[in-house]
Amino acid sequence: MSDPHGATVSPSTSTSPQPSSPPGVVTVTRPAVRDPVNYLNVDYSWKSWLLTVDHKRIGILYLLSITFFFVIGGAAAVAFRLELMTPKADLFESETYNKLFTMHGVVMIFFFLIPSIPAVLGNFLVPLMVGARDMAFPKLNLASWYLFMIGGLTAVWTMLIGGVDTGWTFYTPYSSTYSNTYVMATAVAVFITGFSSILTGLNIIVTVHKLRAPGMHWFRMPLFIWSHYAASLIMILGTPVLAVTILLVAIERGLGIGIFDPKLGGDPILFQHLFWFYSHPAVYIMILPSFGVISEIIAAFSRNRVFGYRFVAFASLGIAVLGFLVWGHHMFVSGQSAYAGMVFSILSLLIAVPSAIKVFNWTATLYRGRLRFDTPLLYALGFIGLFTIGGLTGLFLALLAIDVHVHDTYFIVAHFHYIMVGGAVMGYLGGLHYWWPKMTGRLYPEGWARLSAILVFVGFNLTFFPQFVLGYLGMPRRYHIYPPEWQTLNVMSSAGASILGVAYLFPITYLIWSLKFGPRASANPWDATGLEWQVPSPPTTHNFAVTPHVTEDAYAYPDSALVGDAH
Amino acid sequence: MPTQTAPLSATPTDGAESDEPVAHHFDTLQQQQEAVTLGMWVFLATEIMFFGGAFATYTVYRREHSAAFHAASRELDLVLGGVNTLVLLTSSLTMAFAVAAAGARKKGLTVLMLAATMVLGAAFLGIKGVEYHHKYEHHLLPAFGLPFEWHDHAQAGGAKLFFSLYLGMTGLHALHMVIGIALMGIFAVRVWRSVDVGHRRQGTEVLGLYWHFVDVVWIYLFPLLYLIDRS
Repeated sequence: MSDPHGATVSPSTSTSPQPSSPPGVVTVTRPAVRDPVNYLNVDYSWKSWLLTVDHKRIGILYLLSITFFFVIGGAAAVAFRLELMTPKADLFESETYNKLFTMHGVVMIFFFLIPSIPAVLGNFLVPLMVGARDMAFPKLNLASWYLFMIGGLTAVWTMLIGGVDTGWTFYTPYSSTYSNTYVMATAVAVFITGFSSILTGLNIIVTVHKLRAPGMHWFRMPLFIWSHYAASLIMILGTPVLAVTILLVAIERGLGIGIFDPKLGGDPILFQHLFWFYSHPAVYIMILPSFGVISEIIAAFSRNRVFGYRFVAFASLGIAVLGFLVWGHHMFVSGQSAYAGMVFSILSLLIAVPSAIKVFNWTATLYRGRLRFDTPLLYALGFIGLFTIGGLTGLFLALLAIDVHVHDTYFIVAHFHYIMVGGAVMGYLGGLHYWWPKMTGRLYPEGWARLSAILVFVGFNLTFFPQFVLGYLGMPRRYHIYPPEWQTLNVMSSAGASILGVAYLFPITYLIWSLKFGPRASANPWDATGLEWQVPSPPTTHNFAVTPHVTEDAYAYPDSALVGDAH
Repeated sequence: MPTQTAPLSATPTDGAESDEPVAHHFDTLQQQQEAVTLGMWVFLATEIMFFGGAFATYTVYRREHSAAFHAASRELDLVLGGVNTLVLLTSSLTMAFAVAAAGARKKGLTVLMLAATMVLGAAFLGIKGVEYHHKYEHHLLPAFGLPFEWHDHAQAGGAKLFFSLYLGMTGLHALHMVIGIALMGIFAVRVWRSVDVGHRRQGTEVLGLYWHFVDVVWIYLFPLLYLIDRS
């Protein structure tokens, strides 16, 4: 494929071998006179950003917004990890503590993790990767960002005027009847944001179906696209159920129309079923896009075709489908029938199969690869380890007897943080580093980035591994007063959280720094395959001057050790 | 998830003949039309899941409070509900006429049929309002702290749940109709102002898909709420 705009940046290095000096140095070119026109410098006005329909600019808008929400959610975590350093209540009363962990959960899940990869990297990359000039519905795409901001700012406003104390799960009848906090406003915020997620999923699905470039067959698509397609299916089929559930709670609380009220014979367990019908698959909205990122990074940095491409692709779809059938494992101790519990237990164990296929295939891709331990690969390797721990402890929780023992303890907290932070956030950070040169046209400082990747890994494990032990010993979640014998483990966890907090500040700092001082990136600084690396960095507004014709499979690395045996 | 193209007059030749403008990110008009239609089908899939949550709630409660649900169902007005069903089905007919008229490039007829659909939709909402008012007068409207009275004390909770769901589900349906009527009003003006109504064919069709969907939801609501104990 030709690269009509790339001439003024450094030439693509797809055929020349990579010298042994660190990448990022070799591919630097000094700016000649001025940058060629790209999607960033084409217009600097406020209006050009706030009314943009360019999928890349919308991705950047999301990047800024979710970083803002990440800082808020992180601040809440810092506050309650400080509180948990001692067994007594020192800093906060119980009510405030309840509001803090609710705020952390609501913000991190609905306003950071759910939109993180799909709305930032997905928005930016899906059209580029399939060879399209934009998403199928650019205006809806912008509308989804506005909905997200309206929902997010409503949630922040709710916290400023007093917050909500139900936990992010909004269990009835506490949320519908008894809580005296701002449940309604928070519910409205989540409801609105849900529609932003639906619109993003809708856009990705239609784009993948209808806007693929000629020759981009389904089995030539990068695995990033497959995993986003699978996540989008969950977004469009799961999110509406959350929306109607929240609406039912809202009409019960606001209009006095009793739906879940036990006094009428209403069923609070029904709320839990409806809630988890979305909120369990929502975990796969967070992790599937991360899987896609990891597939891309591992292929690029081991210079191998992804082992068992079709298995990895279908594993994404398998997880999306199975993910809708396991929600009942959140209710093993809620009064669900024992028979239902057994069925949900077996179905939950089945999720391990497609997940393990992915992990095994990534490791097989690394095998005999020519590895370059750059930052994205460090994050990817961290992801594999942490996701494996998170997944295996998930199997513990899928077993009825063990779940009864550790239900609602810190074991659960540790498990889902290994998936959501060790998995989803590591993938997000890895992807952000990998595609940063494409998004901004600048290279980040590799040394600092590697250091931060290692710090994130160390800090994360120190924070959350002790929580497995705490949970196994019986410390319940959502309490800030605990017996003194658990203090050591809690102090370890809080110490880890401080390392993690600092480690997250690193990328925020040096990535911003790189915008002005980072060396300029060539079109393809990693020497990777994929259509997105064949356009200039940063790309032009319409991505491709000429619609590309795709003639080869994804990850066609010429020197791949696995060529030929992937199918 | 439905991935077929629309059942209504979506033959490729229709598009090929039209000089409808193609947005910059589509290569051909056909690609654009297929994308827009698929987008609406995907959206309707989300709508099915949205109403699905409410229908699931109904199913669970009807099983748990079977006798109360049957007794409460008899309090609904079969005549007004039946007339409303007819009104709504007729509005789907006029909507289908509007799509056909836009395809035949008859601007006046398209606008007329859209207006007829809006009038019928408004009539449905009016009749629904009368029904709500009757329920209010009979103290069967369990909202805003209004008094709720049920003759059989043992069934009072279940009956209240039934009317809560009745109000919630028909209210949600009515909200979708209000949105549909508003969109149709905006769209009818655009059709009226357009130079070539053929350019609005796809828009009419996509709007029609939404309208028919709202109609189909009522086709399920009506028997589940009105007809479960009429044998």
